[in-house]
Amino acid sequence: MAERFDVVIVGAGPAGLSAGLVLARGGANVLILERGEYPGSKNVMGGVLYRHQLDELLPGFWREAPIERTIVEQNYWLMTPDSAVTFGYRTPRWADDPPNNFTVLRAKFDPWFAKKVEEAGATLITRTTVVDLIHDDRGRVVGVVAGRPEGEVYADVVILAEGVNNLLTQKAGLHDDWKMNEAALAVKEVIELPREKIEDRFGLEPGQGATVEMLGDATAGMLGMGFLYTNKESVSFGVGVLVKHLVYSGMNPNQLLERLKQHPKVRKLIEGGKVIEYSAKLIPEGGYKAIPRLFKDGLMVVGDAAGLTNAIHREGSNLAMTSGRIAGEVALEALAEGDSSSRVLCRYQQRLEETYVLKDLKKYNHANEFFDENPQFLRDYPELLSRVMREFFTVDSTPKWDKQAKIIRMVRQQRPLWRIAYDLYSMWRAIG
Amino acid sequence: MTIQDKLYLDRFNADKQSHLFIIDPDVCLYQCPEQYCTKFCPAHVYEWDAEAQKILVGYEGCVECGTCRIGCPFRNIKWLNPRGGYGVQYRQG
Repeated sequence: MAERFDVVIVGAGPAGLSAGLVLARGGANVLILERGEYPGSKNVMGGVLYRHQLDELLPGFWREAPIERTIVEQNYWLMTPDSAVTFGYRTPRWADDPPNNFTVLRAKFDPWFAKKVEEAGATLITRTTVVDLIHDDRGRVVGVVAGRPEGEVYADVVILAEGVNNLLTQKAGLHDDWKMNEAALAVKEVIELPREKIEDRFGLEPGQGATVEMLGDATAGMLGMGFLYTNKESVSFGVGVLVKHLVYSGMNPNQLLERLKQHPKVRKLIEGGKVIEYSAKLIPEGGYKAIPRLFKDGLMVVGDAAGLTNAIHREGSNLAMTSGRIAGEVALEALAEGDSSSRVLCRYQQRLEETYVLKDLKKYNHANEFFDENPQFLRDYPELLSRVMREFFTVDSTPKWDKQAKIIRMVRQQRPLWRIAYDLYSMWRAIG
Repeated sequence: MTIQDKLYLDRFNADKQSHLFIIDPDVCLYQCPEQYCTKFCPAHVYEWDAEAQKILVGYEGCVECGTCRIGCPFRNIKWLNPRGGYGVQYRQG
């Protein structure tokens, strides 16, 4: 191959493709290297894609892209082993154009996105794993080594969109790998169900979708979340927990998934469904303080490789797209100015700081630690809320005044009111 | 459903060579009686072979999440990407 491009991008996921699109449109000679058979074949996400960020790059994309369902209802379930306190929001307005978010399946969506990027002029080569970076004698990155004969490719700028397993970012000296408390492992099943069954069970009109995030007993006391998202003719069902908790729990993630499947609130929704795929993915959830250095001479890091996910709001692909877009714009400037040193590439980080991407990560910088150190939120409170709700909804011959007093007594016995006030205050401090 | 049942549903294009390596088998034998990787790996890639007294690595069914690399408390697993085109190929994702 031993060729030369203006820019080489490693990885054809949402971040790499967004960078590639911006660069190709800007007239750069750009190469995207993808290790899978096709874009999306190595990629996994829960399934919710927000519209706004990609809309900026491909206006109105959802009208032709292979999306699954437009989300009109989003739910949280606070679970105990046999109950759930639920809250959520539904509005048909989200089905209006332009929608807020939808479900997508990466292996179906990404090839479509990649085709758009190729049409804009980028070169995409699949089945190619990049195994190393090429540095010049001054330590700046000047190319990549693809794991194939004569696999050296030179470029003015290299963009690493290699995903959470950011081996090249580590080789570049920008990252020491994730610590166990900086990443979550999620396992997921895609469960096939007839279209009508999905719409009946979730109370949806044709084409509309719903999401459920499951907290509390869903993760058997570990920090994390279960999820259930509706696709066209399947549901994505999974659970993700902090790696540290998983490792020391001695539990297998599949066990956790099967356990959650048996919950009465889940079981009926997926009953009769046929599992058609099983997947697992690491999610970088260390927040702002855990992100690698984002650039060096000749190099920028985007998307999951840069730790850009927001676990609290289950966002990731949109952050990837924004970081890819900005890296693409900065690379264009570097090409125009004939300078791809850190002096120009540092604009990538500067601009990212000004967007929701790093602002949001800063906001939730201590969230993981906080919930790790205060397990009562995922353990005691769901249990307590469940008891309160059960009492509240159970009609016996207790006069309502007495019932109210009983509920307050119940709460105080489990956790003093000052303690609850303090918990709420500290949670507000941590993530509010 | 067992992990094995689920892995049958996925499409793999297994390479002849492994992309996962135990760095020092002595660490597994002497320092890690819990053998964490045999439990937390979502694809059950790692198995303790009592006779050979070492971890067996069934890399062919690896779903490439990377958890073993960071989850081994001794950082005793070397994790590489499979060669281009090899490994798991998701059809849903």
